[in-house]
Amino acid sequence: MKIIAFCGAGIGTSAILKVNAERALARLGIDAQIEATDIAGLAVAAEDAQVILASPELVKFIGKTYADVVVIENYFDLDELTRKLEIALG
Amino acid sequence: MRLDELPDDVIELRARATDWRQAVRLAGDALVAGGVVTDAYTERMVQVVEEFGAYIVIAPGLALAHARPGPDVLHDGLAVVTLDEPVVFGHPHNDPVEVVLALAVTSTEGHVTVLAELANAFNDPTATRSLARASTPDAVRAVLTRTQSES
Repeated sequence: MKIIAFCGAGIGTSAILKVNAERALARLGIDAQIEATDIAGLAVAAEDAQVILASPELVKFIGKTYADVVVIENYFDLDELTRKLEIALG
Repeated sequence: MRLDELPDDVIELRARATDWRQAVRLAGDALVAGGVVTDAYTERMVQVVEEFGAYIVIAPGLALAHARPGPDVLHDGLAVVTLDEPVVFGHPHNDPVEVVLALAVTSTEGHVTVLAELANAFNDPTATRSLARASTPDAVRAVLTRTQSES
């Protein structure tokens, strides 16, 4: 299973999202690969991804995808991440 | 880059900004003061928000300003600016911002450790408020290195 953490520059915020999503997955006992990427790398990275995690501000940049787009409001809130990942992957 | 050794130069407390651009520039100026980046990086951080919106406001009250690695990044570093008056960035949920972190890295690899440390600090929902109230650089370092026990 593959999950994308998406941000504008591909450093910083997407890496924070990746770290916290990994913690949420650990809580759920789900084994998945999480890849942080920027807008330039998104199309390729998302080809075989089940879920794209993104800020509400960035959803409009995602374009057509078969992956579930999950909007995360607070990147540090493990309860929010766990709840939304559980729904998306359940 | 270690959070417990964050130099005083990159910490600015109770700064005044009238809008988000000024807030991001204050954080860039702190990186410049610490010898982390040149002024060009500050403008690139502003451009990221102009291009992609206020997604850098990643939690209530907290912005993580950043741009891609480039020749204007001298070494990896982080700056912390707290605002005397919170500033609106235009995020649908997390405005207004009272703490601006600015991150600069020389490559897309290798900054994961410090971000994991930041996550440890900010998994505590009171961390942003505590930073905003900090009156000394030591208090800032204390909040940033406070680790929540994982539940």
